[in-house]
Amino acid sequence: MSKENTIKEPLVRIVKKDASSTKRAILVRAVAVILALVVDAVFIFAVTGINPFGVYGVMFKATFGNKLRFSWAMRDLVTLLCVGIALAPAFKMRFWNIGAEGQVLMGGLATALVMVHLGPALPTPLLLLVMFLASAVAGAIWGVIPAFFKARWGTNETLFTLMMNYVAIQIVSAAVNILRGKASSLGKLNIGTEYGWFPKLFGQRYYINIIIVVILTVVMYFYLKYSKHGYEIAVVGASENTARYTGISVRTVIIRTMILSGAICGLCGFLIVGGRDQTISANTAGGNGFTAIIVAWLAKFNTFYMALISFLLIFLQKGAGEIASTYALNDFAADVITGVILFFILGSEFFLNYKLIFRKNVKEVE
Amino acid sequence: MQAIIAWIMRAVPFGTIIMYGAMGETVTEKSGNLNLGVPGIMYLGGFAGFASAFIYENNAKNPNGFVCLILSLVCCILASMLGGLIYGFLTISLRANQNVTGLALTTFGMGVANFFGLFLLQGKSYTAAPLANSIYSAKIPGLSGLGAFGNIFFSYGFLAYLAIVVAVILHRFFNKTRTGLKLRAVGENPATADASGVNVTKYKYLATCVGAGISGIGGLYYVLDYNNGIWATTGQIEALGWLALALVIFATWKPLNIIWGAYLFGVLYWLYQYLPSVLGITTAVYVSDLISMLPYGVTSIVRIITRMKKKRENQPPASLGLAYFREER
Repeated sequence: MSKENTIKEPLVRIVKKDASSTKRAILVRAVAVILALVVDAVFIFAVTGINPFGVYGVMFKATFGNKLRFSWAMRDLVTLLCVGIALAPAFKMRFWNIGAEGQVLMGGLATALVMVHLGPALPTPLLLLVMFLASAVAGAIWGVIPAFFKARWGTNETLFTLMMNYVAIQIVSAAVNILRGKASSLGKLNIGTEYGWFPKLFGQRYYINIIIVVILTVVMYFYLKYSKHGYEIAVVGASENTARYTGISVRTVIIRTMILSGAICGLCGFLIVGGRDQTISANTAGGNGFTAIIVAWLAKFNTFYMALISFLLIFLQKGAGEIASTYALNDFAADVITGVILFFILGSEFFLNYKLIFRKNVKEVE
Repeated sequence: MQAIIAWIMRAVPFGTIIMYGAMGETVTEKSGNLNLGVPGIMYLGGFAGFASAFIYENNAKNPNGFVCLILSLVCCILASMLGGLIYGFLTISLRANQNVTGLALTTFGMGVANFFGLFLLQGKSYTAAPLANSIYSAKIPGLSGLGAFGNIFFSYGFLAYLAIVVAVILHRFFNKTRTGLKLRAVGENPATADASGVNVTKYKYLATCVGAGISGIGGLYYVLDYNNGIWATTGQIEALGWLALALVIFATWKPLNIIWGAYLFGVLYWLYQYLPSVLGITTAVYVSDLISMLPYGVTSIVRIITRMKKKRENQPPASLGLAYFREER
């Protein structure tokens, strides 16, 4: 007794697909970025009536206009990239460290305090070393607190690390208010003596930042890909149960990795305070802690891809700043343009992991 | 006594802003979506509400208060829901990572509001919508004149009372209705909900969009009532949005706890300004900075304690933050 029946199939269904080839991965992302730029161009034209290609030309000049501008872009790129590198091991472990902003701030604060209080007492190389150690320890402490509670009691780290940011912001504001004393603002630290300022290289102090972050990029790549620790992080990230079964101590890995992540964030604070700003404020991290989350995630924890994505974001930021001053708009244009690009790149991941199958018009016989 | 009354009158409106943000986020999170875009949504809602009221006031011949009210409220909710829809499409349909999408939405919302705000400001540092402000901050006639009692309970705009009503409705919705039960099932275990015939995608989309709509009202209330109907380029709403996220955790995902939690946060937030005058002492500036971190510190501690006690009804929805794909095992 067989009877014909039509299997009701949805118009489109989604199927998970095997890993995409590198070529396809690059193609999909390139299409996403181009589409986003088109949407942004339409947006720019609709709002301002300015020729979008002219605008992109202005944007291009903001980064590549001259040598100094390019070095500024590189300076900001390494700041963002440094935080991204710090987040990579944590994210690979599936530990959502949203607290980088706070960890950077605490590292910066430790650096600033050492600069002010130990500046006169220590010779420069030793002072820089103490600043570095203090920043790494401060960042690590800020990072390990949520890790400890996650490892011990399983508290949700996303929300906990987020809270820690604001505690850090308030601590830094308080410290700045103490440090400035009766002055209306803090200004540069040790301004007469330049204790603890990075030495100048090619005329700029931040070249040291660039060198350190380039080294970090390479080291972190190999740490995650080829070291035993990196392997353990990957296993914990893929499945905690598997990790336990193979004899990896999940608690140890979580805590160790977050100490590392926090310490590198703290180091970033050290680079900002010593090499870039020579001062500290609640804005020292400047949102890099949040932007880096997007960078680390989109790059799938590969530090070299991170450098590329950081470059794209910094290019946009600089460019939008330039548009703002050229056409008398404000810097927030950067946020809109960046937001649109991020939406498109995030959405494009779907086409790497899934495929759509459309309904075929066939009647199947049962 | 005067100082305490003034403190409460400051704390309640402050609490109302984050109460809306937190209630919306609770609805979203009950469906398993952790939307870190709340600050962005509050920006979108606040800006859309202000912009519509501002344009209407300045262009209509005889601006009518009621029309202004409806218009700004509708625009606010639509813009916020649109923000929620972007987030929903990316995380629910395209299964993008929720944390990253949420943060991108925050950047986007803050950018859109402050960028387009520039066209309303026209070179000034701030601009105002007085008619809308007068409606949103209108007090209850008669009752608000009852001295201290009237000041504490009846001196706020209607949105402050609506917030409490919404919280109670949400409480009943989650706990007494079948739809609420299904929504919670989606957030706890979408596969089980799916197997029992609940349309997971539909529930997630609706919860995310409705939640965003409620959160956005927080932004509207901030601009048109709390901030006296003044728009200026601001980073303030972002901080409020994060505080709303903290409040969701503090309230352990329960709408009734959000009510008192919001007021408590308001009291804590303004502690630095009023406590010294209540106690008759003066404090250094840095002390007020340290006091300002209390809401976040308290939230972290509450979270740790509830986690250690392991009571099941105080935990976040089990699938919070995870995308659902039917064919995945």
